[in-house]
Amino acid sequence: MALSATASGWRFKQPSVIPGFGLTLGFTLTYLTLIVLIPLAGLGVRSAALGWSGIWTIATDPRVVQALRVSFSTSLIAALINAVFGVIVAWVLVRYRFPGRRILDAIVDLPFALPTAVAGIALTALYAPNGWIGQYLAPYGIRLAYTPTGIVIALIFIGLPFMVRTVQPVMEEISREVEEAAATLGANRFQTISRIILPGLAPAILTGFALAFGRAVGEYGSVIFIAGNIPYVSEIAPLLIVIRLEEYNYAGATTIALIMLIFSFAVLLAINLIQAWSRRRFGYGN
Amino acid sequence: MATDITPAAADRRRGWSDPVAERPIARAILIGIALSFLALVLVIPLVAVFTEALRNGLGAALAALREPDALAAIKLTLLVAAIAVPLNLVFGVAAAWAIAKFEFKGKAFLITLIDLPFSVSPVIAGLIYILLFGAGSVLGPYLQSYGVQILFAVPGIVLATIFVTFPFVARELIPLMQDQGTGEEEAAISLGANGWQTFWRVTLPNIKWGLLYGVLLCNARAMGEFGAVSVISGRLRGQTNTMPLHVEILYNEYNFSAAFAVASLLALLALVTLVLKALLELRYSRDSVGH
Repeated sequence: MALSATASGWRFKQPSVIPGFGLTLGFTLTYLTLIVLIPLAGLGVRSAALGWSGIWTIATDPRVVQALRVSFSTSLIAALINAVFGVIVAWVLVRYRFPGRRILDAIVDLPFALPTAVAGIALTALYAPNGWIGQYLAPYGIRLAYTPTGIVIALIFIGLPFMVRTVQPVMEEISREVEEAAATLGANRFQTISRIILPGLAPAILTGFALAFGRAVGEYGSVIFIAGNIPYVSEIAPLLIVIRLEEYNYAGATTIALIMLIFSFAVLLAINLIQAWSRRRFGYGN
Repeated sequence: MATDITPAAADRRRGWSDPVAERPIARAILIGIALSFLALVLVIPLVAVFTEALRNGLGAALAALREPDALAAIKLTLLVAAIAVPLNLVFGVAAAWAIAKFEFKGKAFLITLIDLPFSVSPVIAGLIYILLFGAGSVLGPYLQSYGVQILFAVPGIVLATIFVTFPFVARELIPLMQDQGTGEEEAAISLGANGWQTFWRVTLPNIKWGLLYGVLLCNARAMGEFGAVSVISGRLRGQTNTMPLHVEILYNEYNFSAAFAVASLLALLALVTLVLKALLELRYSRDSVGH
């Protein structure tokens, strides 16, 4: 790293005896361009063709506004719930030893491995008015499936591993000396956790929150079965893209996609900023 | 990695309370909350898939899987994964080699670009290929004039699957190979090995578990992808239906037990993935202890 400012001035690549740089980087860039960059650029070109006024007209359509509102609000609630329970789950997995802990630890990744459509129909089977859980709630007039609450349930499922897996490794790194010092200085356990441990975990919790939130906004498969998909009520933005496509309304689909992409990049930027801040403040972050 | 032979454990044996542990009651409550939450959110839905699949008996479930459309969907899912996973595997190894073994300008930006597909909604992943190859695009009509059909056909499904599983192998290998540094490769080269020999005999043995791990996750996602594939497939029954799409069609036809039968096959795949993943992680930690 100290070699970066050599006498020869600016150079793209540091010299190395290892071969294959041209081949591997060339293949990487070609593949990346063909699969990711050109298709994404196509979206940009289509949006540019619409012009500002065209985009604005579609973006302010009440149904689009409402779909975006449903997507963002349900994702926010689900990510908040995951922030609370995800931290508790991570804590229990890191700090306590009890029978079945390994199995529990493995099953946290289920939402990564289970196809979203399967999760969607399973959750619907549970929370529909005649479902396993729904039937006990229906007599009290509580409906979960086919309402925005159903969307939140699906998004909690999708987002949980993002929260747990982001917080867990950081929790494992916390040194017990700091806690012991706090205890020696007279802090009770609650004070130690709330004043010493949680502030140190804040960047990880924020990152996990942003990841879960970002993933939830774009989620489609698990949501559409349980949501009921009632326009203006429980219709999410990704579904509206699909509906517009089925109507051959490419302009409509493109505009909604553009808004969601801009949001995704903002989340990505936020995560990078959190991690840069965390490296400065706490000395960890990747 | 001492597990329980800490001074705290010794104190407990002497009957002293650990100053940096919660009271037993708080501990029990926290474990209770975590267990109930995981049971409600993860375990019960998983159990529901298998129970609903077997509602009309094992025979009915197996019959739903032997039906021609279901068999076609299973075949297509395997075919798509068999194309998408190896391509992303080669890409992942090449990208990790370039990024981890060399220092060059713009590396951080390249890593961000590789991660990009993870932050794009699957529906948008399908949409961008429709914009690229659909009516009104430059490419679509041109390819069609040569009889090449991308959308609503297998190539489109493969492309969308490659997009959504793009970063899996690369993002697993890059940090692993960065940690391992370049010393062993440099030693091999200076002893006269060529590039391929160095890769096959030195690098690959070092990264094999991480590579398998990435391939495993990539494959699970490739076989289970729904949103991107749903947008691009046109959902022609028996032709462009993958297993997740077949689940949706059966479900929307109120053929619930058949839908859950196909879903349970996918859930089984997820369980196998989780077990293999846990085993690989065990292997991983043993390797890193050995280093």
